[in-house]
Amino acid sequence: MRTMIRGNESIAYAFKLARVQVVPAYPITPSTLVPEKISEFIANGEMKAEFVPVESEHSAMSAAVGASARGVRVGTATASQGLALMHEILFIASGMRLPIVIGIGNRALSAPINIWCDHQDMMAERDTGWLQFYAENNQEGLDLGIMAFKIAEDERILLPAMVGLDAFVLTHTVEPVDMPEQSDVDEFLGEFVPHYVTLDPEKPATLGSFGFPEHYMEFKFAQWVAMERAKKVIDEVFAEFEKKFGRKYQKVTPEFTEDADIIFVTIGSMSGTTREFIKKMRAQGKKVGMVKITTFRPFPKEELKEALKNAKVVAVTERNISFGFGGAVYGELGATFANMANKPKIIDFIVGLGGRDITFKTLESVLSEAEKALNGEDVSEVNWIDVNKEAVYKSEGLQ
Amino acid sequence: MNYENEEFFAPGHGMCAGCGAPIIVKWILKLAGPNTIVTNATGCLEVATTAYPRTSWRVPWLHIAFENAAAAAAGVEAATKAKGEKLNIIAFGGDGGTVDIGFQALSGMVERGHNVLYVLYDNEAYMNTGIQRSGATPWGAWTTTSKVGTVNPIGKIRPKKPIAKIIAAHDAAYVATANPAIFQDFKKKVQKALDTEGAKFLHVISSCTTGWRHDPSKTVEIMRLATDTGIFPLYEIENGDFENMRITYKPKKFKPVEEYLKTQGRFRHLVKNPEYVKKIQEDVDAWWAKYGKYYRH
Repeated sequence: MRTMIRGNESIAYAFKLARVQVVPAYPITPSTLVPEKISEFIANGEMKAEFVPVESEHSAMSAAVGASARGVRVGTATASQGLALMHEILFIASGMRLPIVIGIGNRALSAPINIWCDHQDMMAERDTGWLQFYAENNQEGLDLGIMAFKIAEDERILLPAMVGLDAFVLTHTVEPVDMPEQSDVDEFLGEFVPHYVTLDPEKPATLGSFGFPEHYMEFKFAQWVAMERAKKVIDEVFAEFEKKFGRKYQKVTPEFTEDADIIFVTIGSMSGTTREFIKKMRAQGKKVGMVKITTFRPFPKEELKEALKNAKVVAVTERNISFGFGGAVYGELGATFANMANKPKIIDFIVGLGGRDITFKTLESVLSEAEKALNGEDVSEVNWIDVNKEAVYKSEGLQ
Repeated sequence: MNYENEEFFAPGHGMCAGCGAPIIVKWILKLAGPNTIVTNATGCLEVATTAYPRTSWRVPWLHIAFENAAAAAAGVEAATKAKGEKLNIIAFGGDGGTVDIGFQALSGMVERGHNVLYVLYDNEAYMNTGIQRSGATPWGAWTTTSKVGTVNPIGKIRPKKPIAKIIAAHDAAYVATANPAIFQDFKKKVQKALDTEGAKFLHVISSCTTGWRHDPSKTVEIMRLATDTGIFPLYEIENGDFENMRITYKPKKFKPVEEYLKTQGRFRHLVKNPEYVKKIQEDVDAWWAKYGKYYRH
């Protein structure tokens, strides 16, 4: 059914359709509407779940672990500072192999405090052992929200998953979506079966015990193996979803790449703007293309190698920064190609931090640098776009 | 159903000889029985009972982290409700994990009224990391972060956080202080807490032989002195009704506080100075002058 919803509602509806049984949540801009909507569903009798209005995100994730360990389907939502506050427990959720799903309203981190979009919050959690998906629009948020449960709960995987939606650009923007039928989602997900040891008085088990050096690394290696296996399972689930619902998902989606000399790499809502920009450039005869990353964990190395193999220059546009190095995508893409004989020039562009708009002008600046690289000119490895550099240099005493 | 002859907390764990915590846990589980799930804050109890792949727990047990045993229990309780089941959910935390780093999660759990029994085993310092002061360390105690020297001859210079009163002020369904050395009173309170619907909090004194610095054979004796000197009074408060709080045990004759202090190395410097002993005695006398009327036979 065609429905108009905001991005946050896509997560709330995904939880409702997945028949999530426990939702521990704490409000934070821009994801607050998720628990609000869940509370409304429960109050109306549209959803049967225990909503736990916890006193912090740290407790939200702690309660999520407790509930998931008890053997029910669990979802929550947060953003930015809230995700950072969960940080400690994110490692524990994945280390205990609990398939919890979080919807994230991707938002910048303080300081200065800022409520608008970038991907720093999720990128900062990329080492916590969670599957990571990023939505381009509300339909993707809804679909990935549903698929996240199926992937996370697969007995070959058992890893928690986060689904990112860009703050405001998606979380607060109304878009039409195809709302799946409950019966179809029930068929797609099946009844929740915990494929892991749960807290059950009939079969007492000790969960979260103390691991000495002779065991710890095997636990970590098991997580590594599960992440590697997830690559195939994600493809399977995407294919099954396409078959049932008619919408195609890929870990990375190449567009206009066959003959492209310069390929943009994008994540999230910037992909829509980039696509229009590329069409415009194509109309002017420029050989440009793009690759959208939907699955960031596990990092789709093979797909990216394939999609970018004929590019001369890869322009990574990303909304996060690791100070002292560059963006996360740039670093990982660079490592992906490190041992390849033939590799493109990979150049990093830091854009759209803290909700700064990514416009055609932004992308023109990116393209202009990428074209310089294509022509063999020296270009910086990491480039900050749309920044008043003069003002910063002055305040830092550099002129 | 009576499970007093069954063990749900298996022997062979790594807790120290003379530690108060296993006595508390063992008996609470006997009273709760097998239809129980436990969450445990990081600390000695967790570390010394679950060295993978071994465990001392014969009931389902969950440890997540240090500061969230109450939140973990809240999640377990919510899931249990979602499954339409009913059982005892018990959270165990030490004083650091309860009155300091876990305080927010505990406050939230109690305010939301989860049907959880939270048990604080209070040995009055961060013993697992090596005797650092906590919010529950009493005035005058030596710890490795409240050291005694020429500039600070006292040790910890702030009083103990009144955690039972603070939790009672949340209008928690049931709050009690308890002492396993005053065994019948302890058992009665555990049973009452288990029989009460809502958020329950037991503040149980628990000696740590290495931190309190006493011979392991003296644990029960010393814990008993804590109450018989009036230092650790035993009371209960239901639904935040302070007017009707009940002191449930009172020794026939109070012993001087010095008898308790002199048994432990952590107070050695205090005992040498009559002024300090006097101050502690006065504090205890003042507490009983104010609250003694709540003793009900």
